[in-house]
Amino acid sequence: MSFKIVVLAKQVPDTRNVGKDAMKADGTVNRGALPAIFNPEDLQALEQALMVKDQVEDAEIIILTMGPPRAVEIIREALYRGATSGYLITDRKFAGSDTLATSYTLALAVKKIQPHLVIAGRQAIDGDTAQVGPQIAQKLGIPQVTYTEQILDVNLDELKIRRRLERGVEVVKCKTPLLITVHSSAAECRPRNAKLLMKYKHARSVSELQEESKDYTEMMTNKPYLRLEEWSVADLGADEEALGLSGSPTKVKKIENVVLAKKESVNLTTEDKDIDYLMKELIDSHVIG
Amino acid sequence: MNNIVVYCEIEDGQVAEVSLELLTKGRKLANEIDRKLEAVVIGHNLNGIEEQVFPYGVDVLHVADNSRLYPFLTLPHTEILVNLFQKEKPDVALFGATSVGRDLAPRIASSLKCGLTADCTSLIFGDHTENKTKKEYKNLLYQIRPAFGGNIIATIINPETRPQMATVREGVMKKEVFNTSHKGEIKHIKVDTILRDEHMAVEILERHIEKQKVNIKNSQIIISGGYGVGSKENFDLLFELAELLGGEVGASRAAVDAGFVDHARQVGQTGVTVRPKLYIACGISGAVQHTAGMNESSKIISINNDPKAPINQIADFNITGNVEDIIPKMIKFYKKNIK
Repeated sequence: MSFKIVVLAKQVPDTRNVGKDAMKADGTVNRGALPAIFNPEDLQALEQALMVKDQVEDAEIIILTMGPPRAVEIIREALYRGATSGYLITDRKFAGSDTLATSYTLALAVKKIQPHLVIAGRQAIDGDTAQVGPQIAQKLGIPQVTYTEQILDVNLDELKIRRRLERGVEVVKCKTPLLITVHSSAAECRPRNAKLLMKYKHARSVSELQEESKDYTEMMTNKPYLRLEEWSVADLGADEEALGLSGSPTKVKKIENVVLAKKESVNLTTEDKDIDYLMKELIDSHVIG
Repeated sequence: MNNIVVYCEIEDGQVAEVSLELLTKGRKLANEIDRKLEAVVIGHNLNGIEEQVFPYGVDVLHVADNSRLYPFLTLPHTEILVNLFQKEKPDVALFGATSVGRDLAPRIASSLKCGLTADCTSLIFGDHTENKTKKEYKNLLYQIRPAFGGNIIATIINPETRPQMATVREGVMKKEVFNTSHKGEIKHIKVDTILRDEHMAVEILERHIEKQKVNIKNSQIIISGGYGVGSKENFDLLFELAELLGGEVGASRAAVDAGFVDHARQVGQTGVTVRPKLYIACGISGAVQHTAGMNESSKIISINNDPKAPINQIADFNITGNVEDIIPKMIKFYKKNIK
């Protein structure tokens, strides 16, 4: 029996490099100006999975990602680095899902695969909530180990894991099935593998195949691993009430653009007289000294 | 019951700072809507623990005391809280946004199918009318947090589900004793009827928890560096100035991510919130996640190459120039004029 690992990955806007054009004139976020990337900690989650695959005979890594059709890019990226297969969970009915509705959906998808181990990044950089991992574990009724820095030991039945906490470390062991979330202090993901890049560069999701002008029929028949399946609400057998906006207990009441309250500030240069003036001010007002 | 409940974290028999800060906030919220403040403490050897929490205005303290409950493990703590919340039906439940709270709260929310908002920077009560149904809600908890990389501030509400759950980072709320002679009621949770062997699935083999070494939160002077400082070597200048002025060095998330300094020094939404009398921001552009953690500083100085850096808007003094030119001049003046 193969050791099945599900890696949960999310395509996110790169909020770490918000440039000047990331906000529109009306103060709303210009999503187009932010590149879509593989969520950094999810990439580190993939590396933990790849390290397990290096150690355990006959392990397979299945990527699950939920998002719009273009999120299939995440699956291809994971295949280039050594994942075995992937599914794109996509349906307009998922739109507006908060973390609870998202965890409901992902838990249904994980159940279809019945893995020994589920690995996810601790949090996604567009929300920073760190909630979806534990919420899925609860829905699956399995234990969780959050803040994983390294999987120290693994076999079919049990894992030994080092956790990175705010003020220290903890080493724990737990039987499978298990969900772990990976902390940013874990190893970075290995780069793309040239052979795998050649092998999977024509991998296409079902929606992409419908839009391609080129005829992929023959290629997909000969190389079925290039067809990336999509799962909809119907495929997951999901309860529509538990999805999207209706399945989300949290509602956004208000969004405000960030406008810093402007202070009357004194502008200075690097000239000695300016710096001396400032320091004298601080000393005279007993802020320092 | 519909009270306000705070989960109190325990480390070495001490209630965590963040929990005391949340009790302070919880007391104020409870007063506003005329409810009780409840606290939950889960651990082992908890005799006398009430003395640490009652002064913060706790009316009811739930204690779960059992050798299997310390150190913290996700499943047993989840099980006890889910049971308690089902019975007591609190209106609001608050957790520290720590590696414990962020591990535990989502599991409870998932089990109870209720809403949870992470890393709130402000919690207030307010009313709400649902657009479609025109249904009116009184005294909903507005859970306010920066979102989308800090470019927006979102107000989140949970109209229909209870408890309204939120996590808050250490230092965001102010800790204040309510009344040193305040006394509440203690209720013991029957742990044995709740815990089963399957809840002990995770076993802790080793544990090394250090007392927090760097504590920039209590420093009155903070010299903080961002990605713009450029290197670890340039950060040494910040350390030199901080030592001279009797302050500490802080950092933005970008500087921590770049490996210039340790995460314990990170100021902002995903770091520490500080209110020093002097905050010198060096090479920090001023994303709202950062400013959320320092904008209550009494005096702010921004040193930045970019005269249009957003942080300059909240600064009292802006110096346009390079950190490595300016800091040595400040050090020189101080050494010359203060003996």
